[in-house]
Amino acid sequence: MSSDLRELYQSVILDHNKHPRNFCKPKCSNRTAEGVNPLCGDQLTVYLDVEDGVVKDVGFSGTGCAISTASASLMTQTIKGMKIEEAERLFKGFREMVTADPQSDPGGKDLGKLTVFSGVREFPMRVKCATLAWHAMSEALHDTGETATTE
Amino acid sequence: MSTAERLAPRDEAFDPARAKQDFPILQNTGLIFLDSAASAQKPQCVIDAIANCYSRDYANIHRGVYELSARATANFEAVRETTQLFIGAAEAREIVFVRNTTEAINLVAATYGRQNVGPGDEVLVTEMEHHSNIVPWQMLCEEKGAVLRVAPMDDRGALILDEFEKLLCPRTKIVAVAHISNALGTVNPVEEITRLAHAQGAVVVIDGAQAIPHHRVDVASLDCDFYALSSHKVFGPTGVGVLYGKAALLESMPPYQGGGSMIETVRFEKSTYAEIPQRFEAGTPDIGGVAGFGAALDYVTGLGLDAIERHERELLAYATDVLAKVPGLRLIGTAPQKAAVISFSLEGVHPHDVGSILDHEGIAVRTGHHCAQPVMEHFGVPATVRASLALYNTREDIDALVRALQTVRELFK
Ligand SMILES: Cc1ncc(COP(=O)(O)O)c(C=O)c1O
Repeated sequence: MSSDLRELYQSVILDHNKHPRNFCKPKCSNRTAEGVNPLCGDQLTVYLDVEDGVVKDVGFSGTGCAISTASASLMTQTIKGMKIEEAERLFKGFREMVTADPQSDPGGKDLGKLTVFSGVREFPMRVKCATLAWHAMSEALHDTGETATTE
Repeated sequence: MSTAERLAPRDEAFDPARAKQDFPILQNTGLIFLDSAASAQKPQCVIDAIANCYSRDYANIHRGVYELSARATANFEAVRETTQLFIGAAEAREIVFVRNTTEAINLVAATYGRQNVGPGDEVLVTEMEHHSNIVPWQMLCEEKGAVLRVAPMDDRGALILDEFEKLLCPRTKIVAVAHISNALGTVNPVEEITRLAHAQGAVVVIDGAQAIPHHRVDVASLDCDFYALSSHKVFGPTGVGVLYGKAALLESMPPYQGGGSMIETVRFEKSTYAEIPQRFEAGTPDIGGVAGFGAALDYVTGLGLDAIERHERELLAYATDVLAKVPGLRLIGTAPQKAAVISFSLEGVHPHDVGSILDHEGIAVRTGHHCAQPVMEHFGVPATVRASLALYNTREDIDALVRALQTVRELFK
């Protein structure tokens, strides 16, 4: 099996796909948003409990491919306890990493665990999967009541 | 050579590996293309026909008095005749050129449908339709206060004919059914369906998008009223489709779009419309595309549709057999009458991941809902992986697919 496939499907990603963390609606949540990828039928709902500008709790539900599920799972772990602006900044950095030119330095040094998704940049068709939960999260932060879509 | 002579099937042994050589995109790239149900690849002769049209025979049609325009018109009309013979229509004027299957179905809904469907009337489709054979009818029903009925399929993906028959009634004005389902491969008993529908006075629209590249279609013996197809699924270019309609029906229908070519006389008080089929062909058509489409029909005819069908049937049986042995693989769509479409899911792996990994191994399959969300709902899956076969696919392609699926399983174990 080739190395970039291994790079895409790292064991951390496969693990989060099999056992997604925070895969439930939190006890209290005051903001939600749905993310759909009509192309492959992925559908995620992200729930946030935001108090005083801080993400107190976060969870998600739905169905998706390994990349979108693992990305949602790792995202919930990472943003819990973050300020809204920090979460937004992280999304920006994450998006830059997964859309970076494969020849360039992947960057993402301050993304911590999220760097397991750096292999996505070799697979442009999967960027939508990797960012679906993030788009929904960002939508929920602004809770516009609209469905996030990656189309 | 006359058109009829050209269309007489050659009776040679069909060799898929040799046929593959006719398709430049499948040469030297190692690409294993298993997504022909979405759109088929193009043989060199089709590519040449388009180039020749533009480099030798091109002018607008039905307009110029000069020789070049007359030649372009004759070539265009010759393809109408080729199409007529290809699908067994009684007359060339029963062939209307449109953009694709979707437009052919919309044309019927917007003309025949608007004219003949009223409040409380019914349109009957099946559960396995492509969105393009659902939404136009839904829009028509909404506009007219009519009701869309859906005939169910069983868990193999076969139409339940008894239930279909029960849903037919004198209020049924239109029955719209896929000849072959793109998501499941099911071949519907369209002859029987037509007979039952006619007994209740309904007209029958057959979505033939998937049937044309695999099956000898004879609209006269089917006795259907309309038949829709796309050039791009039968190795022709995109941008061309066909609506077949019985002449008497087409003649009774109002125009679809207004514009040039579809009129007889235009006065500001009132215009009169052209005879069929021009009445439904407003504006300049895809002249180069129609040239390519004609070449595609000649190509398929030259290889022999019966031989192609035999090859695909054997390949489908082989593929079904070896795929069934892949642990965790669930075939979706196991109707007794099936064409070369294999939808499946792999336990514990989302179809999108399967598709990415197969792509990485040089195998192109489609993943998703295949524009048939009700089918996905029936089988309780968000999406499937679909391998669809065409005349250029071989056993080696299937073996490569099975090997790549092992890679998927290894990665996700
Ligand atoms: C069964 C069926 N009907 C209709 C269509 C629509 O064809 P087109 O996109 O060429 O209009 C397709 C193609 O995807 C199809 O498979």
